[in-house]
Amino acid sequence: MTITRKQFLMFAAASLAGAAGAKVVSGAEVVRQIGKNDGKRWAMAVDFQKCRWDQGCTQCSAACNRTHNVPDIPNKAQEVKWIWKEKYQTVFRQESEVVNPALTSHPLSLLCNHCSKPACTKVCPTGATWKREEDGVVMMDWHRCIGCRYCMAACPYGSRSFNFVDPRPYVANVNPEFPTRTRGVVEKCNFCEERLAKGQMPVCVENCSERALTFGDQNDANSDIRRLLASRYAIQRQPELGTGPAIYYLI
Amino acid sequence: MIENALAGNRKYWLWISALLVLIVMGGLFYLRQLTYGLGVTGLSRDVTWGLYISQFTFFVGVAASAVMVVLPYYLHDYKQFGKITILGELLAVAAVTMCMLFIFVDMGQPARVMNVLLHPTPHSMMFWDMVSLSGYLLLNGVVAFTTLSSERKGVATPHWVKPFIYLSIPWAVSIHTVTAFLYSGLSARPFWMTAVLAPRFLASAFASGPALLILLILVLRRTTGYDPGAAALSKLKTIMTYAATISVFFVLMELFTAFYSGIPEHREHFEFLYVGLDGQTGLVPWMWVSTILMVAALSMLYSTRVRVGNQVLAASCVCIFISLWIEKGMGLIVGGLVPSTLGSVAKYQPTMPEWGIVIGIWAIGSLMVTVFYKITVGVRSIS
Repeated sequence: MTITRKQFLMFAAASLAGAAGAKVVSGAEVVRQIGKNDGKRWAMAVDFQKCRWDQGCTQCSAACNRTHNVPDIPNKAQEVKWIWKEKYQTVFRQESEVVNPALTSHPLSLLCNHCSKPACTKVCPTGATWKREEDGVVMMDWHRCIGCRYCMAACPYGSRSFNFVDPRPYVANVNPEFPTRTRGVVEKCNFCEERLAKGQMPVCVENCSERALTFGDQNDANSDIRRLLASRYAIQRQPELGTGPAIYYLI
Repeated sequence: MIENALAGNRKYWLWISALLVLIVMGGLFYLRQLTYGLGVTGLSRDVTWGLYISQFTFFVGVAASAVMVVLPYYLHDYKQFGKITILGELLAVAAVTMCMLFIFVDMGQPARVMNVLLHPTPHSMMFWDMVSLSGYLLLNGVVAFTTLSSERKGVATPHWVKPFIYLSIPWAVSIHTVTAFLYSGLSARPFWMTAVLAPRFLASAFASGPALLILLILVLRRTTGYDPGAAALSKLKTIMTYAATISVFFVLMELFTAFYSGIPEHREHFEFLYVGLDGQTGLVPWMWVSTILMVAALSMLYSTRVRVGNQVLAASCVCIFISLWIEKGMGLIVGGLVPSTLGSVAKYQPTMPEWGIVIGIWAIGSLMVTVFYKITVGVRSIS
């Protein structure tokens, strides 16, 4: 039996397609873990008046960066940030500056909003980021992320960072308790899910000597955060987008 | 069939060698990106997508535009397109391949690309884009290959191909619609979140694609004598003219909505593109070049005084192609990301490695088109 060149090429193409098809089938068998909702919903309140960002305090971000091996990238345009400060007008873009200058001159903490309907998880083409149903934390799998940055385009809050270069040389003292990241993946605040699992508070909350950050279960009517939200006026960033941010700014 | 592409004159081989050199150069730049990371690009926290994704978006349009020759020929039995339908389908194959490469080089972790298949996520538009693009590649590949090999054997195209041809028509519309959905479903980006984005994409696609096809046909005619006839060219010209007009109309709709409503989040993107914002004017000259080229092309095409001979036709095709390449490429992608969600106006300038990689992918597309067309002309000159 002789094989013509064309037959050979067609056979090779068919084999390749077959191999790719087999991959799809095995992919479909992957069982998706769906956690049970036991009614928890972690949330955080940021108190402008107590926060000392304006006086150069960086307790929360320093503790976070240290704990999570957040690299200090020299190129500011390609920075990696988990919790950081921004001007009031940046966080609440369309608010007027004249309403309360004491308030609007104050910088604010920015971090992942851990939305109840996250815009970022919906667009992820690999399921590398998802909302954990049992407590609302928006999670990331740095081993699955393909680095397409679609989540960064979708996040209305600029909360996500991308590792444009290998971040490890820019982590001064590596915390062996927490993974470092590789280049080419997206990262963001994880609400200290590794500490929550041990019953601890997020490290930013714990390290704020001014007690400007309050963390708790917003579905628990007796929690500190619920009492705070009931007694103070609080705003969220762009709630009109329907994302349901879990970070509240107390004014 | 492939033997047709392996015989050619000196010029043919010079052209092939030049393309191969560019492909190797692009590959070397890509190696650099692979080892260092996307830090070699001009991309940043704010402008997370740039030249690669803009090229991807534009060439999905070129790929989808094959439907503008397939539909009249197969659905309306428009015989004059007999010689160019296959050229459109083959152009689509090359363009979709380029799109896939542009997506691939944009990835931070390209080795994990199979995760898209291993963990299918129907809620992500990117998953559907992958499905529609690979399906379209398959459809056009099968149709073009079967048509050509039947012609070579001097037999009629088998009947089983017909359903694939008909399927490729809505499928072409779907690839560009899904590509528009990548952007238009994002609440974070008011510039993209517009229902007119998919129609606008299709309109600009049906202008830029035929513009490129006409230019390719003119080159093919000059180099090989393969002549699809004046009627086919004239019809393609008409399609391109109306599609470009509709595309301009959609852009004007966007401008009206943004500026009359005056909502800063909508307005600022257009200000950034056409007049500059916070001192950033990087894209302004490009956007005006795009505008002027489009006005020039439409003036030539609609003018009753200028007889649209081949030179004027070629000139207007070049104008339309470049105009939309800017507007729907960098204009659309960077314009959508600046200002950022935090209102910052970032500067984005593609770096040399970025351009090198993009040129490499253009060269791959050009090589595919060259080889495909060489085979087509070879097969058809025998039969």
